[in-house]
This record gives sequence, structure tokens and C-alpha cells, in this order.
Amino acid sequence: MASAPAAVKADAGETVALAGKPAQKWLTPFNIISVPVILLGVVLIAIRFTRGLGSVTNLSQDFPWGLWIGFDVNAGVAFAGGAYVLTFMVYIVRVQKYQGLVRATVLNGFLAYAFYACALLLDLGRPWNAVNPIIGNSFGVHSILFLVAWHFLLYMLAELVEFSPAIAEWLGWRRLRKILHGMTLGAVVFGITLSTLHQAGLGALFLMAKGKIHPLWYTEYIPILYFVSSIFAGLSMVIFEGTVSQRVFHNLIDPMDRTSYHRVMHGLARICAGAMFFYLFLQALLFIHEQRWQYMDSPMGLWYLTELIGFVLIPCLFFMHGLKKKSLLSIRIGSVLAMVGIVLNRLNVSIVAYKWYSPERYIPSWMEIEITLAIIFMEIWIFRWIVRRMPVFGKPPQWAVEQDSRERALNFD
Amino acid sequence: MNQGKDLPQEPGGAEFSRDAGWLKLDEPMYRRTFLKSLGVLGGSSLSLGTGRAEDRAAGAHSVGVLVDTTRCLGCRSCEIACAKANGLPKPEFDAETGYDSRRPTTETQWTAVNRYETDAGKFFVKRQCMHCSQPACVAACPTEAMYKTGEGPVIWRGDKCMGCRYCMVSCPFDIPKFEFGKAVPEIRKCVLCYERLQKGEQPACVQSCPGKALLFGFRNDLLETAKQRIYTDPGKYHHHVYGEYEAGGTGWIYISAVPFEKLGFRTDLGTAAYPEYTKQFLYSVPVVLLLWPAMLLALNKATEKEKD
Ligand code: SF4
Ligand code: SF4
Repeated sequence: MASAPAAVKADAGETVALAGKPAQKWLTPFNIISVPVILLGVVLIAIRFTRGLGSVTNLSQDFPWGLWIGFDVNAGVAFAGGAYVLTFMVYIVRVQKYQGLVRATVLNGFLAYAFYACALLLDLGRPWNAVNPIIGNSFGVHSILFLVAWHFLLYMLAELVEFSPAIAEWLGWRRLRKILHGMTLGAVVFGITLSTLHQAGLGALFLMAKGKIHPLWYTEYIPILYFVSSIFAGLSMVIFEGTVSQRVFHNLIDPMDRTSYHRVMHGLARICAGAMFFYLFLQALLFIHEQRWQYMDSPMGLWYLTELIGFVLIPCLFFMHGLKKKSLLSIRIGSVLAMVGIVLNRLNVSIVAYKWYSPERYIPSWMEIEITLAIIFMEIWIFRWIVRRMPVFGKPPQWAVEQDSRERALNFD
Repeated sequence: MNQGKDLPQEPGGAEFSRDAGWLKLDEPMYRRTFLKSLGVLGGSSLSLGTGRAEDRAAGAHSVGVLVDTTRCLGCRSCEIACAKANGLPKPEFDAETGYDSRRPTTETQWTAVNRYETDAGKFFVKRQCMHCSQPACVAACPTEAMYKTGEGPVIWRGDKCMGCRYCMVSCPFDIPKFEFGKAVPEIRKCVLCYERLQKGEQPACVQSCPGKALLFGFRNDLLETAKQRIYTDPGKYHHHVYGEYEAGGTGWIYISAVPFEKLGFRTDLGTAAYPEYTKQFLYSVPVVLLLWPAMLLALNKATEKEKD
């Protein structure tokens, strides 16, 4: 999960010097929890590579994919979807009010992808051969996984370019920043295109598992469902992160942005609600088209209704209520519920509904969960390291702002 | 060679001589297709999209095996021959209770015989990779490690595989198995004795079968034989050849006395080849790659404010 600042909440009290080397307390609750988790994770990863996947995971011949694919990759990528939606809003249709969120979201997206790529490498049985489909040794061009992997890599590159001006600003490289900033629009266009494809592509992975996934979750339209749900998954994550960052990094956040904060959150909630409404509409069409009512009186049917009503419809209503009553609390509750819904949906497709007929069930081992946590914590560490140094939440330096005003394609006025 | 003396003889004279070897059927043709596919093997990294499994499998000369479940004695000779030929441990089996529970194929046992009790009596069914005509595992594999050879066998190539296990998720018959307990794991499954075939030999299991339940040959001929057996003895057989159309057609085909769901076969797989299910998505990829950027740039231009 790309919940970078989520657990940083704990060290809200630490003193952060705005520029230069931050002075910080080391014994914060977050550090006390995350450091042992990361260390233990490293040990378990070492065991995994010397004794095989079976030594740390509960995977089996019947369940070849587990938590690392279902949660880290499938749900994590959906949560990182905020980056492409926001860059679309800001750079393509020029809605200026979201600009303050772009850098943090893109950074989060990039880190999320980088770490899920690591999770994926852990999951590969023969990771040293992962270069094969990349260097063109063996192009399995007809494989969805091949496409997803490539789009993944290229998208990481696009996000790095989108974020790179912040690095150049930090280092004070004016010439380079100008060049990098000039590449932003190209990277954004490329990034949105790739995101569309790999968000949908993650769903398309399961198309060939026909007959193995319960018909309530298997549909030929699964790529479209994955794509549409990534919109509200990503934005819910942005709302959630925004909430946490407001508390944790309040010293870093531009005061101007704090006043427009409500406006921005309402805007995001509106898009979320719209996307969820559309998603529910698609699900309703599928319900009729695939005659899904016949499964309703089974446990799987109830579970399906729980997912759709409890964690799509209800958060959607929370968003709408929040918009009407101008209640930020409702919107925040909505975003958390929506995120739970995405986790449920991705786990349902990849694990719960997968071989639902089999007497054997896959339940992740504590070590799989431990390693997942370690990966998330490492990501948060790096996120924190970066936002304390580079202009992510705050305004870029004056010289950079002046540079931008000459850039027409990205301007608002 | 175990020639079962009082086993049912082939009606209609379309018998293949197991001892003579199937190569006699059409040796020059086999040699030619084989050499050609050797070229495909060597040049696979260059052939990119042109080497699609379905194009090759469309060739009539892919081989397979016909399993006549009415003839299977449950002697498990094939299991033992398979283990020997492929350097696998001898399959464990309790003579008393071995058939009481289902034995799946595993990473160390690539074929398994199971017993099914039906109204029409007990039947034994051998299972292994079906060597599909358009295999899901091959379409799934991002590294071309799973490979449909020109001759028909679906093989695995360790120098390419990255261990993603997408083949396992995709195979409709749950055949590829992964070595979860090893630091250098392999994907393991029946490869239709590809090396033996190259030497002109039959698959080990077919050669070992004393009941003539297994028949090796070109898939087209096997289909003929299967139907001929059904037509000449319609009372004995259920009128269906499993694998003729299932999942787009398989290299191993089965005939039986009872409907196939009674023998533990999946009869809900449909007749579409599994790679078809991803085609629509794959075709839409270049469209999105072309249209999206154009649309996004146009939107960006359209929302640009005029400069004074
Ligand atoms: S049965 Fe499974 S492993 Fe064998 S060829 Fe078909 S899809 Fe591949
Ligand atoms: S595990 Fe190996 S053979 Fe199977 S799909 Fe992945 S790369 Fe291909």
C-alpha cells in the first residue's frame, strides 16, 4: 500500500528544521516499530532466497499466487493510481487547485511502484531470469504479464521524470531543472497512457483463469473494472495521505495550501464519488448481463454483496454526504472505507474467489505479512527522507517559479 | 514389450503398431516438420510475434496420445515408466489403499492414475499435461519458457523461466507444478518425452502400457481412431471425444464409457482456446497507445488560455 505517511503519524511531534539537515528525535514510536520490522524482514528475505519460496510463504500448487501478488502488487498499484489521475487534472485539463498535491502524489506513486517491483522480485522463483523479457532475450509478446511488466517499468521512468524537477531544485541545478521541467508534459501524457494500460492489464492477468475464479468476480470486463476502480482507489489514497500529511508534515506544508485544503478535498471526493457511481453502474450491468442473481443465496454471493454495498456504495454515500454537508470527516471515512473495498476486491479476485471450489484454502503466513509490512515501512522511510529535503509539499524556490512562467504548455494563465 | 494377448483388438484394422513405432506413419513428413521446428527453436528470439503457438499448432502434424479409459487396467506401468524416463523418484503407492484417494500430479510425479467409481463400473484415468493445441501456459509465459514445439509437445526451458507462476494460474488443467522448497526452483510437468521423440522413440508411458489404453500418433489420426472406436461400438462408448474441442483442442484426447464429468474431467471449459480470452485486451493495447496521447495532447491544447 502506498500509505507512505500513514504510520508517520506517530512522530508528529518531532521537530523538523525546514531547510537543510533536519534535526530529529530518533526514538519516535514509528521508528521503534518500523526498525525491528524492517530488520526481521531482511532476515526472512534471506531465508526465502536460500530455502525457497515455500520456506516463508503458504503458497502451494493450488494457490501459486498469494499475498504478495494479490495485495502488494494488485492493491498497491491501484492505490498508486492517484498519480495519473492528478497529473491528468493538473497538466492536461489544467485544474490549478490540485497542483499542490501533485508532487507528493507522484513521489508516492513512484516509490510505491519501486517497492512493488521489489515485492514482485521476491515472489519470482527465478528472479535472475527477470532480465530475459526486458533485454529482449525472450519476448513473450503475447503474454499479459509481459506487457504489464514493461508498462510498469516505463511508467516508473515517466514518474521519475515528472518528479525530477524537485530533485534538481533541491540540488540547485537550474539548467538541468529547466530541461527536466520541459519534459513534464511528455512524461505525463506517456504516464497516463501507460497507467490506463497496466491498471487494466493487472485485471487482464486473470482473464485466463476462467473457470478458476468464481463467476461473481470473473468477467471478461475485469480490465475495465480494474481501471475504473483504480481512479477512486488512487484518489481515496490521496485524500487519506493528505489527511495524515497535514498532521505529520504540517511544518513543511505551504500555509496557502492549507487554506485551500478543503476545496481540494471536496474536489477529490467529487471525482471519487463519480467514479464509484460509474463503477457501481458497470457492476449492475454485469449483474444483469451475466445473470448473477443465481449466485446470491450462497456464501460467495453474500460476500460479493458485502464488497459492493459495504465498501463501494456506502463509501460513495459518505463522499456525497460529505460534499453536501461540507463535512471533511465524512469524506475521510469514505476514503478509508473505499480503500478497504479495493483491498477486498483485489484479494477476492486473486485469492478468495480463486479456486473457491477447492477444499484447500490459502491463508498467508505471518512471514508473508511481515515482509509486506517491512516493504511498506521501508517505503515510508524513503518518503520521509525525501519530503524533508526536497520541495514536495511546499512551494518550489523562486527561481524555479520564474522558470516555469515561461513554459506555455503547462501554464494555467 | 508387453503385448497383452487377450486385450480387445482394434476394430476396423486401423491399428497402429506400437512396436514398429509411430514414425513409420509418415516418416519424411515428420522429419521435415521436425527440422523446421528446430529452426523455430533456434531462432525463437528473433521470430517475436511470428512464432505464435497457435500458428504452429495449426499444422496438422502435431502429435498426441489417445487414451481409451475403457482399456486402462490401473496397473500404473505408465507412472513408473514416466518416473524412470524422466529421472523422477518412483511414485509412492499403497497397493491396498492407493486408489482410495485422489492423487494429483506433482512436481515429482508428472502422471497419475486415479480410480473413479461410476454406475457403469470402475474406471481408471491417467492424467498428465494435455499438451493443448493452443496452450494457456504458453500464452501466459512472459519469457517464452513454456514453449509449444512444432511437433506438439509443450516443453519448459529453464534458461528463460523467471518463476512467475503465471502458467500455473492460467492452465485450465492445473498442470504446471512449482518447486516451492528449492532455492533454484523449476516448473515441472510432463513434456511428452520430447527428447525421446527426437530420437524417434515413443513416449515412455505409451510404450509401457500393457493394456493398449494409450495410443501415440498424429493428433488428426488419433481423432479418426477415437471416432472409429465409438462408431463401431456405440453401446460401449459415451459419444464424445474429450480434448477434440475442449479449451481449443488438446494433444491428449480421451474416450470413455461414461460421461466425462463422472471421471473427474472439467466439462465446463468451453471450446474457445484459452489465449482467446486475452486477445481482445492485447489488441486494444496498441489502440490505446496511439489514441490516448493524441487525445491527451489535444485536451491540453484545448484548455490553454490565449496569451495577450
Ligand atoms: S495442459 Fe496446461 S500445462 Fe499442459 S499444455 Fe495445456 S495449458 Fe499448458
Ligand atoms: S513460471 Fe516460468 S514458465 Fe511459467 S509463466 Fe512464468 S516464466 Fe513462464
